[in-house]
Amino acid sequence: MSAPTTTAVPTGKPAVLPPARKQKRTFSGGSPLVYAAAALVVIATVAPVLYAFLGGFRSNAQLTNDPAGLPSPWIATNYINVLTSASFWRYTLNSTIVALITTAIVAVFGVMAAYPLARYRFKGRETLAMVFTLGLLFPLTVAIIPLFLMVRDLNLTNSVWGVALPQAAFALPLTVVILRPFLMALPQELEEAAMLDGTSRIGFFWRILLPLSGPGLVTVGVLAFVASWNSYLLPLLILSDPASQTLPLGVASFSSQYAQDTAGVLAFTSIAMIPALVFFLAMEKRIVNGLQGAVKG
Amino acid sequence: MADDVTARTTGTDVAATPRDTAGAADRAPRSAAPAARGGRRGLSSAGRKRAEIAFFTAPALALLALFVVVPVIQAVRYSTYKWNGLGPMDDFVGLENYTQALTDDVFTSAVTHNLVIIVLSILIQLPLGLGIALLLNREIRGRSFLRVVIFMPYVLAEVVAGVVWVLLLQPNGLVDSVFDGLGLGGLTQLWLGDPDIALYTVMVVLTWKYLGLAVLLFLAGLQGVPEEIYEAAQIDGATWWQVQRRITIPLLGPTIRTWGFLSMIGSLQLFDMVWILTGGGPANATVTMATYLINQGTDRSLYGYASAVAVILFGISLVLAVIYQFFVLRRDNEAAPRPRKVKR
Repeated sequence: MSAPTTTAVPTGKPAVLPPARKQKRTFSGGSPLVYAAAALVVIATVAPVLYAFLGGFRSNAQLTNDPAGLPSPWIATNYINVLTSASFWRYTLNSTIVALITTAIVAVFGVMAAYPLARYRFKGRETLAMVFTLGLLFPLTVAIIPLFLMVRDLNLTNSVWGVALPQAAFALPLTVVILRPFLMALPQELEEAAMLDGTSRIGFFWRILLPLSGPGLVTVGVLAFVASWNSYLLPLLILSDPASQTLPLGVASFSSQYAQDTAGVLAFTSIAMIPALVFFLAMEKRIVNGLQGAVKG
Repeated sequence: MADDVTARTTGTDVAATPRDTAGAADRAPRSAAPAARGGRRGLSSAGRKRAEIAFFTAPALALLALFVVVPVIQAVRYSTYKWNGLGPMDDFVGLENYTQALTDDVFTSAVTHNLVIIVLSILIQLPLGLGIALLLNREIRGRSFLRVVIFMPYVLAEVVAGVVWVLLLQPNGLVDSVFDGLGLGGLTQLWLGDPDIALYTVMVVLTWKYLGLAVLLFLAGLQGVPEEIYEAAQIDGATWWQVQRRITIPLLGPTIRTWGFLSMIGSLQLFDMVWILTGGGPANATVTMATYLINQGTDRSLYGYASAVAVILFGISLVLAVIYQFFVLRRDNEAAPRPRKVKR
């Protein structure tokens, strides 16, 4: 995804909203006009996606003759071709690997860094925290040329690490900035009691803090995963070998390679959308809360 | 409102959570303690604490240093050389790359496009997003479905959405046939091919893609508006529209301003969507700073020059961010939340 989330300035626990009260709204209900407006918005939002899904079931001749029509007859060949092509599955696998590595690094390094920043008292703590906050200021675009050359010199071109490591690095500031107040909000008594019982700070981190920070970790993890899954600029420069390319690169190259085969391209993009859509529906609350929490500032 | 709400929530966290979770606090460590007892003794020394801090923060700091700090510094260094990325970097040219960029017509039009996109994004998405958020804040049927639908484009990859839009906008594509169907066939254009309108077509696609984020954030802000205000206003005989105009929207101010900031930063870095839709064309009509940078850098191997462009992009972002912070966000950061005068 593009930059918006990376510059967010979070405070407080992520997604702490006053519980939505299930009171009767004073101005409730909708007039026909309201529903008409809602319908218009839905149509405008959904139409492109629906067109792609349905277009995938049509032939190019059908698409040319009547762009707005329904499939008649329904043709599954386009979708079957995509699903049986090795390249589609390779792109998907590459995207999955890159996203999983990125997410793992972000979550592990992020929570580790956030822990002392949230729960230790030491000189220079705020300065150290400021380093991460300042990191929010640097977008990947600014560093892209040196990154490209650096990855090349490290021999990581066409490797998942060449994408995952820089992506994780650029996702870390937001992660720490979200997680730190989250960890701070865990009650102090918890730690005192653990210490009294003879648990070390590291033991506290493993046995108590980590399990309790689950929700926060899921939120930052989901954000990192979606960002990685959708990312284009960095993979575009780093992954030039088709064998190592991710789904967005695959969609882009398929669409220019088979530009004449509109139906085929629609089928390919439709299927490419599905993982993101499923993931979004499954994680909707997390994504929404994460973004809202991240922006509450 | 966002600020006020967060301030309040964090405030209560401090006061309330210890008491709320005191029970949990009693329980949790006890279950953990038996395992920990025995091996541990007493308080750790200061040295040990230092080592722990280093252990926990080192991986993140190392990654940050290697892949964020070093490249950013390198970008500044490269920008003073003429360099094709191969061979030794020894052709020091001082600020020549900068003057070259700032006097280049394509680059200055790229900057203009970025600024146009910032302004149009806010002018279009603010009223639309606000309208939809207010709509969704009413108790209408299928509200949660609507929320999901409106936010969906934001989650799709720019590339995937862009490829679909290219096909929608191609001559005799769906967009053209919708115009035909409405009897407006005469208005159809080469949406992405005509230099005079391509930028505005890109704007439409960007609105489709990012409106969901605005709606989402505004809805979050609306949740923070206390119910009582609506009730009081209704007792005073205010209409729905009056309430929105005089109460809800002003209270949403901080959320709107935060969104504006994110939108601005996003517009400045715009790359993916433009690269897919037009590649910056036709005839540089939609070129942005980021597409120009990539074009010069990786396609033409002018790494020194492209780095100068990157530094300028960063400089412009920073200046706009500071200006925004100073003139717009500052009012949100002022100490006590006090009722703002609503402009009439």
